[in-house]
Amino acid sequence: MSGHMNLTLKVWRQKSDKENGKLVTYPVQNISPDMSFLEMFDVLNEQLITKGEQPIAFDHDCREGICGMCSMYINGRPHGPKRGVTTCQLHMRSFKDGDTIVVEPWRAAAFPVIKDLTVNRSAFDRVIAKGGFISVNVGNAQDANNIPIPKPDADAAFQAAACIGCGACVATCKNSSAMLFVSAKISQLALLPQGRVEATARVKNMVAQMDEEGFGNCTNTGACEVECPKGISLENIARMNREFFVANIKS
Amino acid sequence: MSKLDSKIPEGALEQKWEKYKSSIPLVNPANKRSLEVIVVGSGLAGASAASSLAEMGYKVKVFCFQDSPRRAHSIAAQGGINAAKNYQNDGDSTYRLFYDTIKGGDYRSREANVYRLASVSTNIIDQCVASGVPLAREYGGMLSNRSFGGTQVQRTFYAAGQTGQQLLLGAYSALLRQVGLGTVEMCARHEMLDVVNIDGKCRGIIARDLISGKLERHFGHAVLLCSGGYGNVFYLSTNAMGSNVTAAWKAHKRGAFFGNPCFTQIHPTCIPVSGDHQSKLTLMSESLRNDGRIWVPKKHGDTRKANEIIEEERDYYLERRYPAFGNLVPRDVASRAAKERCDAGFGVGTSKMAVYLDFKAAIERYGHTQAVKLGVQNPSATELKEFGKQVVEEKYGNLFAMYEQITGENPYELPMRIYPAVHYTMGGLWVDYNLMTTVPGLYALGEANFSDHGANRLGASALMQGLADGYFVIPYTIGAYLSKEISVKAISTDHEAFVAAEKNAQEIIDKLFAIKGTKSVDYFHKRLGKIMWDKCGMARSEKGLKEAIADIRALRDEFWKDVRVPGTANDFNPELEKAGRVADFIELGELMCIDALNRTESCGGHFREESQTEEGEALRKDDEFAYVAAWENNGDHTYELHKEELKFEAIKIAQRSYK
Amino acid sequence: MSNTSGKFIQSSLGKKLLMGLTGLFLISFLIVHCLLNSFIFLNDGGVMFNEGAQFMANNPIIRIMEIVLFFGLIAHAVQALVLTLQNNKARPIKYAVNNGNANSKWYSRSMGILGSLLLLFLVVHLSHFWIDTKAAQFNGTIAEHNTYLEMIEVFHNPINVAVYLLGVIALAYHLLHGFPSAFQTMGWNHPKYNGLIKKTGILFSIVVPMIFAAMPVAIFLGWIK
Repeated sequence: MSGHMNLTLKVWRQKSDKENGKLVTYPVQNISPDMSFLEMFDVLNEQLITKGEQPIAFDHDCREGICGMCSMYINGRPHGPKRGVTTCQLHMRSFKDGDTIVVEPWRAAAFPVIKDLTVNRSAFDRVIAKGGFISVNVGNAQDANNIPIPKPDADAAFQAAACIGCGACVATCKNSSAMLFVSAKISQLALLPQGRVEATARVKNMVAQMDEEGFGNCTNTGACEVECPKGISLENIARMNREFFVANIKS
Repeated sequence: MSKLDSKIPEGALEQKWEKYKSSIPLVNPANKRSLEVIVVGSGLAGASAASSLAEMGYKVKVFCFQDSPRRAHSIAAQGGINAAKNYQNDGDSTYRLFYDTIKGGDYRSREANVYRLASVSTNIIDQCVASGVPLAREYGGMLSNRSFGGTQVQRTFYAAGQTGQQLLLGAYSALLRQVGLGTVEMCARHEMLDVVNIDGKCRGIIARDLISGKLERHFGHAVLLCSGGYGNVFYLSTNAMGSNVTAAWKAHKRGAFFGNPCFTQIHPTCIPVSGDHQSKLTLMSESLRNDGRIWVPKKHGDTRKANEIIEEERDYYLERRYPAFGNLVPRDVASRAAKERCDAGFGVGTSKMAVYLDFKAAIERYGHTQAVKLGVQNPSATELKEFGKQVVEEKYGNLFAMYEQITGENPYELPMRIYPAVHYTMGGLWVDYNLMTTVPGLYALGEANFSDHGANRLGASALMQGLADGYFVIPYTIGAYLSKEISVKAISTDHEAFVAAEKNAQEIIDKLFAIKGTKSVDYFHKRLGKIMWDKCGMARSEKGLKEAIADIRALRDEFWKDVRVPGTANDFNPELEKAGRVADFIELGELMCIDALNRTESCGGHFREESQTEEGEALRKDDEFAYVAAWENNGDHTYELHKEELKFEAIKIAQRSYK
Repeated sequence: MSNTSGKFIQSSLGKKLLMGLTGLFLISFLIVHCLLNSFIFLNDGGVMFNEGAQFMANNPIIRIMEIVLFFGLIAHAVQALVLTLQNNKARPIKYAVNNGNANSKWYSRSMGILGSLLLLFLVVHLSHFWIDTKAAQFNGTIAEHNTYLEMIEVFHNPINVAVYLLGVIALAYHLLHGFPSAFQTMGWNHPKYNGLIKKTGILFSIVVPMIFAAMPVAIFLGWIK
């Protein structure tokens, strides 16, 4: 068929976190440019199963760019060459016939490999559990319009809240730093009057947990912002820094 | 005596819930600490239920198959959440939301449940804002609303096109707060494979740790299934790849009746299928119908590009057929109308199975208002278009970007091509007013139950129902059961019922590996999907459904003879997970067809070709079918129908009209 | 309280703050250093230049600042080492293919290498000028010490000129990242002023190293006598 491609994939295969992995080469034929990158992997896995080999394990769920589950490091970039998209929204029209594509898992000490391209990102949950919330029990809420929130603040909070927790920021950062992720949640809640109440404790606790998880430090290369599929801004990291310093001065 | 007791409280509709709420037995704090609750699923319903119950003091365990509770598919809901706040002063009220929901559901839902849903809807918005959900706001700092299908007021709260994400992350935050406090034990990457009943009560589950492959036994005084819908029975749907019916189906096989399984929602605005490789379909939010106009060419088989077809040669068929609601008719009506046009040969795009959703008029209109707002005198046409695009981008930017990503076309310049796709399942486990299934101690919340949407769900009501069930219903109604369980000590998971259930789960896994067939799991799933879409999809007939039942039975036999599951059981093995889920989908598919065959009327999303008016509108048969079909599983693929009669006291039942 | 402040400086953000603060402090030193040395361009046979040098050598505040500067530099370097080691540990297995240029500048990713080069350069630089000056201070011969002549002598050697040029290039790139980075670390990020910070950073990273580079070049070419 016209426009269909033949490609060479080099995919990281690793049985478990206890074993070493390696890149394995797989040719794939007749790939439609309208396929998503993950659908191309479906085709490859179907081939592997038919041949009696082990299919490649990779994380994916919603396949519409919002759940944050998919996580492939494609040709040296998280979620591949296009800006502002997740792997599931990356389509094969971004590649050319004859291309060689190297696919690796997110690499970070805090994200150990489970199998092949699947990694364990529960470190993110543990950071959120330390303060990524507003402590309001059900039944305590006043009318939603009682506290007006300036639109610019509400919009900025929303933009920070758009983070899907995929971990591309950690994957691309040369230091495996999670500061974009952590700062997005801190910013969202710091920008809202409801979240200010606990701002001091929140930033201290979340940063402490982030450090404990073994993420690296931010050196402001800005790679995370570029690779973030949801365009989370570096401004959030600056805000987290401010919040953190003020919190430590205050208490 | 029917086996179904809906336990609807006595009294006037408006007072049922308030009165009942204050009379439900309470559990004192000391006893709550020793009562354990298992929650399966971490979407809106699961996360909100788990966090609320933990806040109250119960010991909670939450299970989800994804790597984090934040991934649950509620996250993909786009458009918004309804609430009868009447912030827009457009005449909205609890009663109106209740009425719209009943009417939208084509009079196949319970009045009492829906009224309760409408009345707690306002609390949901309050709770979400208090917990930091950044809903859209106006310049004055107040919350913003938009309109949605099937209503004539603006009551939908939203966060751009990511409302589900923001609400889920709010509930997830509340859940993780409890995890941090140690009141919730979170078991991610775990899949529930069976429920465990002891002495007629649900007492726990069998779950598989998806990383180690180990089967685990977990005890709970009560089990809440918040495991979502089963749209993936169609293979192609807007559901996430992992969305499945397994938890609900296993519960069904252990005694929980399945309510209205054939009630499926086909969403009118999805991106059309592009080829055989397609693994899932992507929704374009219904909110787009606020500003987009749907049309096809007037000329049969027109092959011209959209931009070459002049205004007079376009058929805005929804505006033509339904002048009162126009592009904002309910989903089932819009979907069928699109199918009708395409089947009649007016479809567009390469496949001819699509219609246009056009934003040209909206961009022009917004361009003018924006120019006035910005004080630009005599703006040029290009300026107007730019202004208009800016407004549209603010409202729907992420959806437009997603569309462009998938299709490679720019929807600001060309109209979107859309086609209906399976989106939501109104059917689910039958529950009473307390959200308890027919198995005592086993509850179903959110999309997993059948309760509130009748035969068709209105847009922006799924998020509302999930959070209503989790935040504002189950925390009260669970007391009715647990208050009687305070003397029950935690049952050892060495109990014979746990052992037997685990053995059963293990046997199914062993059986799947033992087949060593030649076809992949997806092969069977795709075939099942095709049968379901062709014969139990947007239009259903007696002949088609009978064929479908025979086809599915044959497919089931083939599956158990020829499926190939690679790898081993004690390992991270996504193919094994899929195999188990597809096995359950195949069984469910048959029940859906049986239910669809039984219901010889057309109502909501269920359209029987034999039951339509002369103009081709759905024809409901209230004297025969004003009931919930609750199916009991008698084993060996036999099902027994139980009917729960629906009584309409507050609303006069009438044929729906959106004309 | 004391416990908290200890935690603060050990935390990732605390360490970063120290990097940013010491970096800004070193930048402020560069301004002073650059201004004073610019007297050389007066081409007055080193009169003003040596007066400046004498002032710096005798002023007690400057003497104290010199010690602060020394510690600032050590802190900056040691902290950088600690952070680098930690960052390396955060990714034990590297990518087989990594396309860093797609999302960041090479010099932003190479601050450690650039910094190490600067440190080496500093050793050479101090051995050329600072050690002699210190010796003169201790010997009490500082009043006769002619830094200007020393400079003319050093920069007549082409190898020295080349080393200084390399050092200055490393400095330029180190500043190009370091200047705006320090602001970001301090939390001074605001859409209204980001452009200004960025432009000032670029200007600073070009102008200051250029002035420094002009000195050895001008002397070597005989423009300054």
